[in-house]
Amino acid sequence: MSEELFPEPEWLSEEVKTGTTIIAVTFDGGVVLGSDSRVSAGESVVNRVMNKLSPLHDKIYCALSGSAADAQTIAEIVNYQLDCIKHEEDDPLVCSAATLVKNISYKYKEELSAHLIVAGWDRKKGGQVYATLNGLLSRQPFAIGGSGSFYINGFVDAEYRKNMTKRESQEFVVNALTLAMGRDGSSGGVAYVVTIDKDGAEEKCVLGNELPKFFDE
Amino acid sequence: MHFTVVFSGLSGVCDRLRQARVRTPAAGSFSNVVSVKMATVLQFPASVSTFNNYNDLYPDWTQREVSTGTTIMAVEFEGGVVIGADSRTTTGAYIANRVTDKLTPIHERIFCCRSGSAADTQAIADAVTYQLGFHSIELDEAPLVQTAASLFREMCYRYREELMAGIIVAGWDPRRGGQVYTVPVGGMMTRQPVSVGGSGSSYIYGYVDSNYRAGMSKEECLKFTAEALTLAMERDGSSGGVVRLAVISEQGVERQVILGNQLPKFSTV
Repeated sequence: MSEELFPEPEWLSEEVKTGTTIIAVTFDGGVVLGSDSRVSAGESVVNRVMNKLSPLHDKIYCALSGSAADAQTIAEIVNYQLDCIKHEEDDPLVCSAATLVKNISYKYKEELSAHLIVAGWDRKKGGQVYATLNGLLSRQPFAIGGSGSFYINGFVDAEYRKNMTKRESQEFVVNALTLAMGRDGSSGGVAYVVTIDKDGAEEKCVLGNELPKFFDE
Repeated sequence: MHFTVVFSGLSGVCDRLRQARVRTPAAGSFSNVVSVKMATVLQFPASVSTFNNYNDLYPDWTQREVSTGTTIMAVEFEGGVVIGADSRTTTGAYIANRVTDKLTPIHERIFCCRSGSAADTQAIADAVTYQLGFHSIELDEAPLVQTAASLFREMCYRYREELMAGIIVAGWDPRRGGQVYTVPVGGMMTRQPVSVGGSGSSYIYGYVDSNYRAGMSKEECLKFTAEALTLAMERDGSSGGVVRLAVISEQGVERQVILGNQLPKFSTV
């Protein structure tokens, strides 16, 4: 009787997902990664300030999306694996980090549901972005992921240009995140932006009221 | 065990549509008209994933309903409206018609853009054309765009369980000028300066939000619509073909077609 009067909230039994928007873009000399900050369990937002840009190494970051637990675990494992090989050579290649992520995603693809975008800078090839959806590995000039990314496909296709400057890439990432957060119910909060170039990684957080405004009707 | 779907009239479709409504995914995941439709009409054993269905014995389009999985768009400007649509009609993975005209005239200066089930939208459009024609003769003047939109809404809401239709009604009338009304699946109606619809529309929300400005001219609206539709057609498998555009204003209706090789080009696309 009491169970019917006060039913258990749905979100207690829902899996925690980072229904999200993530994006990574290369520019001349590095990469810019961006993500929103909302983690939802069903219809409830369980964390509104989560940083989904996880460091794998000094100059290699990955952006998490999909199931929060799966994505975090993959990132931690790869972080550990890269630390192990750090003793052998100074800077691991972004390609190596992406391959490690891909190996885990592919091997356990039936059990896991996480999509990580790996991006960073290394001496050999400069700024690179790799998408590792479901176990594939694909190097791209830019990559978007997460539930909110569907809404900005048209925008990024239209607005991306090769060889943007660092400033332009950061604006591009923040604009794309803002538009996606405006349309996707599972993305929102603040925007985290990480810029990686030969000097290192710089993290920035753009608060809600500082995001650009797009007036649609 | 292998099931084949047999459509035995509207009641069969109703049951399945009702089931699909119950199974609609909760907030936090992406769903569109086309995937709900696919889940509806495929009856396979639970162990087979309905999303990546591959069966050697039967081509997949023999078991799918015809749908205008599509991209449609309408924009108001000072003095009229610009409407646009792609031209692909699919039955599953087969393109049943690659030069479809989804911009259907309802009255002299009122058009509707159709998305969803091809059969449902054609039937609704025919019914509304009849009702509006009758109404206009009774009034002895041009009907209002809002009237046409209300008729669509009335039908889409009343038969919401049986229908799968997302419609954008746009036109020009002497009282309020150019207007765009959107009547999505479910039967809501609302007026908007710019509206996109269909399965491909999800991909261009970001583009439309960032590039729409109030007070654009007719040429700017045409360019905006053509570019948005092109972007959606590149990303959505159920949209493609040519871009059909129409401008409705006091002077009448001007139609144009942009062929595949004349579509605007983007550096990534």
